[in-house]
Amino acid sequence: MSEQAHSRRPYVLVFAALMVLTALTYWVATLDLGPLNDVVALGIAVTKAVLVILVFMHVRHSTRMTKLTIAAGFVWLGIMLALTLADYLTRGLIGVPGK
Amino acid sequence: MPDAAHAPAGAPAHPALAHHFDSLEQQREASTLGMWLFLVTEIMFFGGFFLAYLVYRTRYQEAFFAASHHLDITAGAINTVVLIGSSLTMALAVWASQVSRRKLIVVFLLATMVLGGVFLGIKAYEYGHKFEDHLVPGRDFRWEGPHARQVEIFYSLYFGMTGLHAVHMIVGIGVLAALLRPSWKGRYTAEYNTPVENVGLYWHFVDIVWIFLFPLLYLIGLHAR
Repeated sequence: MSEQAHSRRPYVLVFAALMVLTALTYWVATLDLGPLNDVVALGIAVTKAVLVILVFMHVRHSTRMTKLTIAAGFVWLGIMLALTLADYLTRGLIGVPGK
Repeated sequence: MPDAAHAPAGAPAHPALAHHFDSLEQQREASTLGMWLFLVTEIMFFGGFFLAYLVYRTRYQEAFFAASHHLDITAGAINTVVLIGSSLTMALAVWASQVSRRKLIVVFLLATMVLGGVFLGIKAYEYGHKFEDHLVPGRDFRWEGPHARQVEIFYSLYFGMTGLHAVHMIVGIGVLAALLRPSWKGRYTAEYNTPVENVGLYWHFVDIVWIFLFPLLYLIGLHAR
C-alpha cells in the first residue's frame, strides 16, 4: 500500500464524487420514473458505497484474503435478500388448489 | 525481547509488535481482516432491517410514500453532506497517521467528532418534531389519512434503522475520543497506525449505512409530493 496511500488526492476526489452523486440521487427522486426510481436510487447508493469501500476504506490496496471476506459478506446478504423476496414477491402468483 | 523470528538481527522489534506476529506488516493484515470480519457481521445486522424494509415497502408502497412525505428532506440532505464530510476528515486522519503527523491526526479526529456531533444534533431535532407531530409508533401515534397502521410500520422502521445507526455514531464518537490521547503522544506513525485505521473502517461503514438510509427513507415518492 505504501506510496499510493500517502496522497490525499484520492480522498478529496472521492468526496467530490460522493457530493455529486448525492445531488444526483435527489434530482432523480423528483422525476417520476415509476419502479425505475428505486433501481436508480439503489444504483447510485451502491456506486457511492463502492467508492467509500475501495478508496476511504483502502480495500483497493487490501490483501486478497480481505477482499474475499468482504465479498463473501455481501454474497450472504444477497442470499438473505433474494431468497426472502423470492418468497414474498411471488405469493399469490399461482393459485393453490383447495385454497 | 527481539529474537530471530521477530526482527532482523540487531534491529529491535517495534514496541507495538505482538509476540505472536512475525512482522508489523503481518500484524496489520491480520488486524484489517479481523476488523472486516466484524464489519461483515454488522452488514448482516443492518441487513435484517433493510430486508424488513423491503418486504413492507413492496407490500405497502402507497402508505410508505405518504409517510415519507412527513420526513424533513432538508435535514436529511444536510446530514448526508455532514456525514460524508466526516468520512473525508476520518480518511485524512488515517492519512495523517500514515505520514506520522501527530498533530494533524488529532485535528482530523476532532473534526470527525464535531461533524458526528452535528449529525446527531440534527437527528435529535428531527426526532423531536416527530414526537410533537405524533408520528412516533405507540400509544400516541396519530395519522389522519388512510393506511394508518401501515404508516406506523414505516415509522417503526424509520426509528429502528436511524436509531440503530445513531447508536453506532455515538459509539464511533466514543472510540474516536479514545484515540485522541495516544495520537497526541505520537503513538501512531507510518510504522504502526492500526487503531486509527480500524476506527476509520468502522466510521466509513456507518457512513455507508446512511448512504442507503437517505434515499430509502427520505426520498421515496418525492416526485408525487
